[in-house]
Amino acid sequence: MYKILSKRDLTDITKLFVVDAPFVARKAEPGQFVIVRVREEGERVPLTIADFDRGKGTVTVVIQEVGLTSKLINQLKPGDSFQDFVGPLGKPCPIEESGTVVLAGGGFGVAPVYPIAKKMKAEGKVHIVSIIGARTKDLLILEPEMRSVSDELIIITDDGSYGRKAFPTDIIKEMREKGTKIDRVIAIGPMVMMRAVANLTKTLGLPTYVSADPIMVDGTGMCGACRLTVGGKVKFACVDGPILDGHQVDFEEAIRRGKMYATEQKTALDHHHECQCGGGH
Amino acid sequence: MPPIKPRHAMPSQDPEQRRRNFEEVATGYLEPLALGESSRCLTCPKPGCYTGCPVNVNIKDFVALVKEGKYLDAYKKIKETNSLPAVCGRVCPQEEQCEKFCLIGKRNEPVAVGRLERFVADWAMEHGVEPEKPAPNGHKVAVVGSGPAGLTCAGDLAMKGYKVTVFEALHKAGGVLIYGIPEFRLPKRIVAAEVKNLEKLGVEIITNVVVGKSVTLDDLFADGYEAIFVGTGAGLPKFMGVPGETLNGVFSANEYLTRTNLMKAYLFPEYDTPIKHGKKVAVVGAGNVAMDCVRSALRHGADDAFVVYRRTEHEMTARKEEFEHAIEEGVVFHWLTNPVRVIGDENGWVKGLECVKMELGEPDESGRRRPVEVKGSNFVMDCDMVVVALGTSPNPLLSQTTPGLKTEKWGGLIVEEETNATTREGVYAGGDAVTGSATVILAMGAGKKAAKAIDEYIQKKSK
Ligand SMILES: Cc1cc2nc3c(=O)[nH]c(=O)nc-3n(C[C@H](O)[C@H](O)[C@H](O)COP(=O)(O)OP(=O)(O)OC[C@H]3O[C@@H](n4cnc5c(N)ncnc54)[C@H](O)[C@@H]3O)c2cc1C
Ligand SMILES: Cc1cc2nc3c(=O)[nH]c(=O)nc-3n(C[C@H](O)[C@H](O)[C@H](O)COP(=O)(O)OP(=O)(O)OC[C@H]3O[C@@H](n4cnc5c(N)ncnc54)[C@H](O)[C@@H]3O)c2cc1C
Ligand code: SF4
Ligand code: SF4
Ligand code: FES
Repeated sequence: MYKILSKRDLTDITKLFVVDAPFVARKAEPGQFVIVRVREEGERVPLTIADFDRGKGTVTVVIQEVGLTSKLINQLKPGDSFQDFVGPLGKPCPIEESGTVVLAGGGFGVAPVYPIAKKMKAEGKVHIVSIIGARTKDLLILEPEMRSVSDELIIITDDGSYGRKAFPTDIIKEMREKGTKIDRVIAIGPMVMMRAVANLTKTLGLPTYVSADPIMVDGTGMCGACRLTVGGKVKFACVDGPILDGHQVDFEEAIRRGKMYATEQKTALDHHHECQCGGGH
Repeated sequence: MPPIKPRHAMPSQDPEQRRRNFEEVATGYLEPLALGESSRCLTCPKPGCYTGCPVNVNIKDFVALVKEGKYLDAYKKIKETNSLPAVCGRVCPQEEQCEKFCLIGKRNEPVAVGRLERFVADWAMEHGVEPEKPAPNGHKVAVVGSGPAGLTCAGDLAMKGYKVTVFEALHKAGGVLIYGIPEFRLPKRIVAAEVKNLEKLGVEIITNVVVGKSVTLDDLFADGYEAIFVGTGAGLPKFMGVPGETLNGVFSANEYLTRTNLMKAYLFPEYDTPIKHGKKVAVVGAGNVAMDCVRSALRHGADDAFVVYRRTEHEMTARKEEFEHAIEEGVVFHWLTNPVRVIGDENGWVKGLECVKMELGEPDESGRRRPVEVKGSNFVMDCDMVVVALGTSPNPLLSQTTPGLKTEKWGGLIVEEETNATTREGVYAGGDAVTGSATVILAMGAGKKAAKAIDEYIQKKSK
């Protein structure tokens, strides 16, 4: 079992867990993910590694509640355990050797950005400009952590309740207009956010990584559930990614495939609520 | 010689009923049937049967023990060479193996070796027959993958006193037996019981470890394992490579079966993993995997579930019994039909499968007549789900992350014929990871061979 050593509420719906998982910590790199199950009847769901400590054998994950499994996870308390916790899966994020890197994290997407920034900062070869954002102030996460690993930190919200009222695309455009030379953009967040950034940077000719989050089952290249079209070729996000060339990903298709189980996801939640209220409500 | 009685039929659930449930189709011989069937065996002085069995089960002797009602002894006899009899009795393609070479099979129906093997194994399970734990010999071996190859290798080494640790990527042990072959053919409690037996022998099974990612083979050697067996199977799914394959509603057989079996999606929403319930389901391919998919689709509530295959009934590779069961359950087969495109609706969901008709031409390398397209014969089959069951190849994850482990171009690990030693010292391999998709019993045979070679290797080294 994979014991939860500590838990932190980042927002009402976003929780951070530090988990005892020495097998994962031993090899974890930024950009990789784990697959977890919360109970015997549970689904296998992927979560990005948000931090790790090889010495202590711990791995940090951040999860935002969207449906049944994320809800069940967020109900776990320190001392509880994950039923399963396997990884690290996927390819590590390539770490730039020089220049300026823009790291854009949206919503819980700030969590996967953090270890990438942390590693870049530790290597000290690039100038790190982080843009972290959320819909509204209460949903913004990991601001102090991100500040400690960035050379510049820009905070944005969709509604202007904190930081600037802007989208990451606005900031990238501004930086370019001011003549800042950008060598690499890494955007992680909701698909629509990554698509918007990738569309912009494609026109600007800025190399861009995104972290794809398709539906997965095994996470080891065995089922093909996570397949995406990248540069006209079918790729498995769990082994070829999840970090992929943002200019090559077919986002329309990825967004469509992400909705494959929409009705079942609702059934699962309804069933859970019925069971919890003793049925019939 | 008295006339030979007809073979005893396998009791099964009624097709009308079973096509809608996931319970085991073949319910198994009860004692009178087992006694009756065993009495058909002539205890031949020079039997043919065992030569057809890849692990040479001593069929003549175990069947003779069944005749006498000595089921425990029969079980021990089988276990001398076969560590998973409850599984093999159910899923071996017996008509191609042991039963094909049964001497009475020349004129009459062969002895139902598989059914008897299953009877004996189930008897032992019901009666709680426990393995005896051997004295430890102080050596450590790691096994990667817990399919039939890995489990057999682990069992054989444990029996010799090795401390064996099995590392499995998924959260449950059993490989294809647990994630691929459906409950209605191989109940998961049977696999779980076989795994438990191994644990009682002292084998440690650690799930959720992807070797090559969570640990490397070098790490394992550094941790004190003296040899490693790689039984990682052939899990990489093949797709058709036709347009429309990423539409919603197109699945690989692996995804469809993994959701159904490993994740128990047939119990959704009691279990959290969903599955799509197609009403008209097209399954592409005609091996065991395709049969499992198409019959699962019926059980998930499909009105129509059909197989699309570019060759004919004579070239298909499914076990005979599964094919017959599928027909009884109402599966329709479209032979000489090849998909060229999946057609989607305006929301990106499957609504049809465009196919062409094929005809058989000259024999190809495999000796099977090669199907060739009939020009201009395109037509569309209505369906709302497509499951692609065109086979799998070895997953490159481990070989790519392990220096010195060489593979064939198509991904199979290269091993020495005699010993199953790979191109890296101390590393052995077997099963589908070496041969590509094959059978349970061949994987077990490879696990056995490797166990013997590993024992010799370690004994020699420690002298
Ligand atoms: C590589 C990767 C990394 C991820 N990292 C994080 C993370 O760090 N934090 C976080 O909160 N979320 C992360 N996700 C998304 C997370 O896995 C899903 O939100 C989660 O599975 C939702 O499950 P649910 O039952 O709560 O919601 P559901 O009601 O089942 O689904 C809600 C949404 O999640 C998606 N989803 C459902 N099941 C899966 C699945 N098995 N695999 C992937 N997506 C699924 C659906 O497309 C849907 O949009 C990541 C996904 C991937 C692929
Ligand atoms: C649906 C289906 C039906 C079948 N029906 C039959 C049948 O009726 N009769 C028959 O004889 N054969 C049948 N087969 C074929 C048979 O199941 C296989 O040939 C057999 O299981 C191969 O055994 P294996 O041990 O080599 O590999 P597998 O059973 O594939 O097991 C390999 C295991 O290794 C694990 N693994 C892979 N990579 C790693 C890694 N890097 N680290 C840790 N673990 C890893 C996998 O998760 C898996 O559990 C069927 C196959 C399928 C898919
Ligand atoms: S292991 Fe398979 S081939 Fe061998 S005797 Fe048993 S059923 Fe027949
Ligand atoms: S060949 Fe047939 S009849 Fe002869 S011993 Fe074997 S199973 Fe019995
Ligand atoms: S999740 Fe199964 S292949 Fe990627």
